[in-house]
Amino acid sequence: MTDRNSTVKDDIIWRRFSPRETLIRYAWYICIVFIAVWSLSNLDIAWFYFLDAHIQAKDLVVRMWPPDFAYASELIRPLIETIHIATIGTAITVIIALPVAFLAARNTTINPATWFIGRMILVGSRSVNTVVWGLLFVAIFGPGPVAGIWAIAFRSIGFMGKLVAEAIEEIDQGAVEAIEATGASRLQVLWFGILPQVLPVIYGTVVYRWDINIRESTVLGFVGAGGIGILLYSSINQFLWREVSLTLLVVFGVVLISEYISAEVRQRIS
Amino acid sequence: MSDNQQLDMPQWHRIRLIGNPVIRQGLIIAGIIYLLWSVNSLDIDWARIREGFPRAAGILARMFPPDFSRWQLLLKGILESVQMALAASFLGMILAVPLGICGARNIAPAPIYLMARTCIILSRTFHEIIVAIFFVKIFGFGPVAGVLTLTVSSTSFIAKMLAEDIENMRPGQIEAIRSTGASFLQFLNYCISPQAMPRYLGVSIYRLDANVRHSTVVGIVGAGGIGQVLAASFSRYDYDFSMAILLTIVTLVFLGEFFSNWVRGRLR
Repeated sequence: MTDRNSTVKDDIIWRRFSPRETLIRYAWYICIVFIAVWSLSNLDIAWFYFLDAHIQAKDLVVRMWPPDFAYASELIRPLIETIHIATIGTAITVIIALPVAFLAARNTTINPATWFIGRMILVGSRSVNTVVWGLLFVAIFGPGPVAGIWAIAFRSIGFMGKLVAEAIEEIDQGAVEAIEATGASRLQVLWFGILPQVLPVIYGTVVYRWDINIRESTVLGFVGAGGIGILLYSSINQFLWREVSLTLLVVFGVVLISEYISAEVRQRIS
Repeated sequence: MSDNQQLDMPQWHRIRLIGNPVIRQGLIIAGIIYLLWSVNSLDIDWARIREGFPRAAGILARMFPPDFSRWQLLLKGILESVQMALAASFLGMILAVPLGICGARNIAPAPIYLMARTCIILSRTFHEIIVAIFFVKIFGFGPVAGVLTLTVSSTSFIAKMLAEDIENMRPGQIEAIRSTGASFLQFLNYCISPQAMPRYLGVSIYRLDANVRHSTVVGIVGAGGIGQVLAASFSRYDYDFSMAILLTIVTLVFLGEFFSNWVRGRLR
């Protein structure tokens, strides 16, 4: 009697997963945990640093408070420079990224070889971090904002190019055929058939990337590529933590404002 | 009269994003003025720029052929970067769950929601390198600082996506589960998790791929990984080795992206 009752009970209880699914799920969990533990244990972690970490952290906070507001006047120029680097870099990006995007989109590229070249440019540009591009351009143009502008532009080409190329591949072919039917040349088809369809995506990605670039250009100074990062890095190296905290506050404000502007503009466009 | 109208009719105009011509042209002019002003206000040493082009050719010439002779150092750095990325993604995935749930307006109480959102915004605002510097100061040089930096940025990224996902859920299922008298844990398990899981996994996989990319750069401030090797080779003008490292990074990122696209394609 009790035996039968319990089997009935088992049938009644609803389960989300069948036993097989549960087994597979747990196998995945174990697999993921194993990989994570392997990674962590292979890194030579100096655990004794953890012993005084909280003391170090507290020490840092005490030294950073209060922010040194007298330092603010020195920050204004580098701050404007930071914004300039991001904006000019983004402007250059647009000029270079658009042709590359048309090369890298399957329906507008000339032949498979040009498609491959376009894709390689995009992958190469995106794989290298802005700061690494910064290292390279500082070696070429010397320290200063010009290196920063090129670093920003070279990293952004891949980002913009990829998104625009994807948009080009998803356009409505009807409009293109209609314009081709009027006897338009290849360039005219690009200009009147394809470009208007992807323009909102272009504007959106430009504004979005600009906002990311503001954030990136705040650290370009660490490798000497101009902007507020130069001051931040020198304050850190001189252990002037109260200057550091003010700089961070300013960076926080600028990034928040640019994020707000970018979100607002993108909402208007779409 | 009617003739005139017919002539007016076929006049074709492109549809503009900004309808008002005054605003449109004004924006273009403002943009040009801004560019002129900004280029002028940056103190650019044009002579140094001109010098840069032959220098770029020189550097490029020294980069080829890439020097893979120190492949042990390269492999060690790359492996460390990948391990940092894996560990940070795993920690980020775990930490993002509570943070994401707390950051969803429709299921978290207001004070907790605000706190969680503040955390997310704070860690998203500061670039990885700034965060890395602080972790290097606290935990010393080495991969720990790198792992923690990437953990912070992955946590806030995944949590933000998760919170938005939960906020966009249909209220129907939420009410249905709540009306059965489910506890909060049961509610999470049977209502939130089935709906949020596919996207959460997708975002986490994407983040793994982003972490591989970012792990190559936190090393520049001493937080471990291939970035440290790369920065050292640059400062020693060891450009052929730098090129070898860069090529390896590009390949790795390419593979990572391929893997991430494949997994996300299968999740859908």
